[in-house]
Amino acid sequence: MDFNLTEDRQMLSDTVRRYLADQYDFKVRTAATASAPYHSAEKWEELSELGLIAAFVAQDKGGFGGTGFDIATVFEELGRGLCPEPMLAALMSARVAADCGAQTLVDEMIMGTRRFAFAVFEPDADGLSLIRASADKSDDGWVLNGRKSVVYGLPGADGVLVAARVEAEIGLFLVETPETIDYAMIDGGGAGELILDNTPAICLVEDAIQSIKASLDAGRLALCAEAVGVMQVLVDMTVEYLKQRKQFGRPIASFQALQHRAVDMAIEIEQCRSIAILAASKLGTDQAEKYVAMAKNLIGRAGTMIAEESIQLHGGIGMTWEYPGSHYAKRLVMIDHQLGDRYAQLQRVIEM
Amino acid sequence: MDLRFTPEEEAFRAEVRAFLDDNLSDDLVRKNRNSAALSKADMEDWHAKLNTKGWLAATWPSEYGGTGWGAVERHIFEEECALANAPRTVPFGLNMLGPVLIKFGTEAQKAEILPRILDGSDWWCQGYSEPGAGSDLASLKTRAVREGDAYVINGQKTWTTLGQYANKIFCLVRTSNEGKPQEGISFVLVDMDTPGVELRPIRLLEGGYEVNEVFFTDVHVPVANLVGQENKGWTIAKYLLTHERTNIAGVGFSTRDLDKLKMLSQTLVRGGRPLSQDPLFAAEMTEVEIDLEALRIMNLRMLSAAKEGAASGTQSSMLKIKGTVIRQRILSLTRSALGSAAAPFPADELPENVLSVPEEAARAAASYFNNRKLSIFGGSNEIQRNIIAKDLFGG
Repeated sequence: MDFNLTEDRQMLSDTVRRYLADQYDFKVRTAATASAPYHSAEKWEELSELGLIAAFVAQDKGGFGGTGFDIATVFEELGRGLCPEPMLAALMSARVAADCGAQTLVDEMIMGTRRFAFAVFEPDADGLSLIRASADKSDDGWVLNGRKSVVYGLPGADGVLVAARVEAEIGLFLVETPETIDYAMIDGGGAGELILDNTPAICLVEDAIQSIKASLDAGRLALCAEAVGVMQVLVDMTVEYLKQRKQFGRPIASFQALQHRAVDMAIEIEQCRSIAILAASKLGTDQAEKYVAMAKNLIGRAGTMIAEESIQLHGGIGMTWEYPGSHYAKRLVMIDHQLGDRYAQLQRVIEM
Repeated sequence: MDLRFTPEEEAFRAEVRAFLDDNLSDDLVRKNRNSAALSKADMEDWHAKLNTKGWLAATWPSEYGGTGWGAVERHIFEEECALANAPRTVPFGLNMLGPVLIKFGTEAQKAEILPRILDGSDWWCQGYSEPGAGSDLASLKTRAVREGDAYVINGQKTWTTLGQYANKIFCLVRTSNEGKPQEGISFVLVDMDTPGVELRPIRLLEGGYEVNEVFFTDVHVPVANLVGQENKGWTIAKYLLTHERTNIAGVGFSTRDLDKLKMLSQTLVRGGRPLSQDPLFAAEMTEVEIDLEALRIMNLRMLSAAKEGAASGTQSSMLKIKGTVIRQRILSLTRSALGSAAAPFPADELPENVLSVPEEAARAAASYFNNRKLSIFGGSNEIQRNIIAKDLFGG
């Protein structure tokens, strides 16, 4: 048994951490998220030059990683740095494209020449079996009809990989000139609605359901790891604040009632980190679905608790836009809204 | 035991409903239902309507132009207003300064200031908390030094709610460093347009603007603006804080918000069926409903005790803790109900129907984040627990 990162992953972790600390401070983040595309195109390029997307893809598909631990290593650091770049979309796009054999696209993503969004869910369709968007053959290819909702990383993307119904199957399609309604998200970053109205598309695979499922689970694992990074910063900030904030003539950290609240937060992080490691170890096996769902349920519950407690223990300061902690707390709460929340994950575990 | 309201109280409730029916504009109801920010004019218009009816100053005796209501009438009024999506009245003049002046003010202060609160000539805000004095309010440092017939004020206040609309601020200031910290505090009234008063907005985490910092640099205030005696302001401060705690349980707001959640749970779809049929979500929603039913009766029991003059600080602290926790839980479930559609920001600036969610839910995440304040302001829930603990354990 060895719970240490391998040397390669430790280097990857250090690289991402150092880059974000040096190049992506809170000022940069605030500026990047203020207007469309709600992230920084320049920083995106630099991050892909660091090889992050290659880390999401296996060696035989042109990457240098692709395991659950590679994904978790990168995303924990993205969480720690509260990075609003559309890396979740890139991860899922790269995984699904690689799995479907769209190697040219994968190569372009790894090189950083094109960035994609991955559009699966729809209004009233939060599960794959509910998808209504449809693909039909046309004279010179395919056309898609329907609507995709809250597509992460959509603003400014160079194309969208779209899940759409082909009779009884779900296929994967590439839309190169998407019609979108873009918006910012409350916790940073951009998303959008994808309007499909006889939209020309390239068919990558007509039956892609297993690849789509696997990519979504990779995305959920990534969110879990990101949450662990966010939590760690929040707990550290909270402990530090309790130590330096003085009321009634002494640091409020001297009140045992408050110490115990921080202790409960610290315990939850260890639980979350543990289940994220378990889920990472199962990625790519037939148990991935179950353990990823378990991890995302626990992290959804603990994340909300840690976010709320961090705000409460900071008092008014924790409620302000100016204080970075409030943005970490928002991100942590909103992670539970992505790719199925704790209720959805719990339901999956119950049904397995 | 009889849990019913009296026929007179029920008649009053009907009168309140009729008034709200006649006077609440659709626009105002819509804004409140959507958790949207109200403009200054929205609040002033609502005050004017209540004032015309004689229902503006719910906590004042009738001789000062107040309603003369007891605790039960106030409760009924507030509950009906919340259920109807009426705005809350702005509390700083009405529920804070007004009662303070009635108890501690000079006749001249009462005659000059109270009518101007009622007719909307003045908008008051509160200068209590400071960056270094929140829960430990008595450690406040803003100084007022007597120079002739003026106080010269230097220092900083913070979390001043709606200060951007105010022309007046009541402040706790330090006039002495002798003795215990509580003993050197005075309560003074300041015109916001006095030279040296500077207001700076604080943006809240969800992007909204409702609180401010207020800076005082050599601000000259006439000694006549002192309320009560010099160095006796702490007594006034404590008196004011007990008035701040009216409607502390917020049962009406929680009831309204829970109704909205239940309605949403029938509209929003999860896993191909209405959310209300999702057993996991429905279980949590129902548990909070049960908690709220208990709180409703706890609130009435304590209201009844207040009517008999037996209300205690412990009881109001319990109501504050439970009331805020329940409301925050409802708002958290409302946020969850939206699933991925909770993310867009700012939701109310998106083209209509982009998100396929009812407009009253579009701001669910922002409203959830904003209302984390409920357990922080007005004496944090930790401070409320200290009060209860003191009662349980002595000391």
